[in-house]
Amino acid sequence: MKYAMLIFPKPGSHESLPPEQYAPVNADYLALRDDPRCVGGAHLQPAETATTVRHNRGEVLITDGPFADTKEVLGGYYVLDAADLDDALEFAQRIPAIRLGGAVEIRPLVEIPAEAAF
Amino acid sequence: MAAERWDRDGIPQHPVAWLVATGRNRAIDGLRRRRTLEHKATLLQGYDQAVTVDDIDLDENSVSDERLKLLFTCCHPALAADGQVALTLRALGGLSTEQIARAFLVSHETMKRRLSRAKAKVKAAGIPFAVPPDRLLAERLPAVLAVIYLVFNQGYPDGDDLAQEAIRLGRLLSELMTDEPEVYGLLALMLIQDSRRAARVVRGELVLLGEQDRSRHDRAEVEAGRLAIDRALSLRPTVGPYVIQAAIASLQAEERIDWGEVAALYERLELLTGSPVVALNRAVAIAEAGAPEEALALVDSLDLGDYRYLHSTRAELLRRLGRDAEAREAFELALRMATTEPERRFLARRLSGL
Repeated sequence: MKYAMLIFPKPGSHESLPPEQYAPVNADYLALRDDPRCVGGAHLQPAETATTVRHNRGEVLITDGPFADTKEVLGGYYVLDAADLDDALEFAQRIPAIRLGGAVEIRPLVEIPAEAAF
Repeated sequence: MAAERWDRDGIPQHPVAWLVATGRNRAIDGLRRRRTLEHKATLLQGYDQAVTVDDIDLDENSVSDERLKLLFTCCHPALAADGQVALTLRALGGLSTEQIARAFLVSHETMKRRLSRAKAKVKAAGIPFAVPPDRLLAERLPAVLAVIYLVFNQGYPDGDDLAQEAIRLGRLLSELMTDEPEVYGLLALMLIQDSRRAARVVRGELVLLGEQDRSRHDRAEVEAGRLAIDRALSLRPTVGPYVIQAAIASLQAEERIDWGEVAALYERLELLTGSPVVALNRAVAIAEAGAPEEALALVDSLDLGDYRYLHSTRAELLRRLGRDAEAREAFELALRMATTEPERRFLARRLSGL
C-alpha cells in the first residue's frame, strides 16, 4: 500500500538549529529517503516562496503565499510503499520533524487500478 | 458514596504499568502469599471458557488467534475512540448495530455511520489484521484494555447488559495473551465488580457498598477475580493500574474492609495515572478509615470541575461531619447532575434524611 507522509514541522524548529545540530537531522532525512520502502518525496521551499492560484468570480486569481492560512505549513513529504499502516507508522516516527515538535500526517494514496492507468 | 465503579474519566489513558517500577504494597504481598500458582491456574481455566464464533468460521485452533487479531484491529489507535468501541462490540461481541446504538444512547443511523466510517478507515488506511509485534505491544495493549473496560462500564449502571460481554472479551484476551499481567488485572477487576451486581441495585434502588447485603455477592466470581490477580502478580513484580484497581476491589470484597490499605492502593494508582478521579476515590477511603476532615480537605483541593461524583462525595462528607446546611446544598447540586434514576432516588433519600 502506498502512503504519503505529509510533514508539518513546528514553525522555526529546523531553521533555528545551529549547523552542528542540523547536520544529523538532515542526515536522518536523507537516510529515510534511502529506505527501500521510500518511493518518492521532496523537501519543500519555505511557505514564503509559495504562490497560490484559484478562481475568483471566473477570473484566475494569483496570490502570494500558501493556500491555508495557518501557522503549520507542509514542509515536505515522502511517498512510501509499506506493508500496512503499522509499517507506515514505524517509518513516520523516525521523521526528525516529530522529535522537533512537529507532526506527520499519514494519508493512504488512492490506488489506481491497472486498467485505468495510462 | 462516591463511585465504587470507575467512571469513564477514571480509566487510565496510558497505563504504563510494566514500565513503572514501584514499591510493593502490603495488600498485594498478602494476596500473593495467600495462594499458590497451581491452585489458581486450574481454577481459572475451569471458569467458563465459552468462546462463541460470530462472524469468523474457522477451525477450533485458528479461531482464537483470528479473534485476537480482530480485537487489535478494532482497537487500533488510528481509529477514533468511539469507533473502536463500536467496532469491537460489532465484530467480537456479535451485537447488532441497533443494540450498540441503544447502549451508547445514539440513534441507529448515527451508530451505523460510526461503524461504517470505522470499517472504511480500516480498509482504506491499511490497518493491519494482526497482533502487534512485541515492540508495539506495550503501546497497543492499553487501548484494547480500555475499550473492554469501557464496554464493561457501559453495561453497568442500567443493568442493560454489556458487562457480561466485556467479561467474555476479557476472558478471551486472558486465554490468548497468557503472559500480560494487566490482562488478568482487567479481568479480575471486572469479575469482582460484577460480583456485586445483585447487591448493588435492589428493587431499583442503588445500594452503597457499605450497606450491601454481602450474601448477595457472587463469591465464585470474587474468587475467580482473585485468582486472576494472583496470576497477574505471578507474572511480573511491578503492578499496573488494572491490577491495582482489582486489588482494591478485592479488598472491598472482604467482610471487614481495611480502608487504610485501600487508601494506600489508591495513592499508588494516583501516582501511576495522575487522575483526580482516583484522588476522589482515595478521599472516600480516607473518610471510611475514620478521617472525614482529612478526606474533605483532599476533595476540596481537587480540580474536577463539574464531575458529578465530586458533589455527591462532598455532600456525604459534610453530612458525616454534621455540617447539614452545606451537605444539603451539595446534595442538591449532585441531584441536579445525576444521570440515572437509581442515583437520583438515592440522593433524594439522603437529602430527605438530613
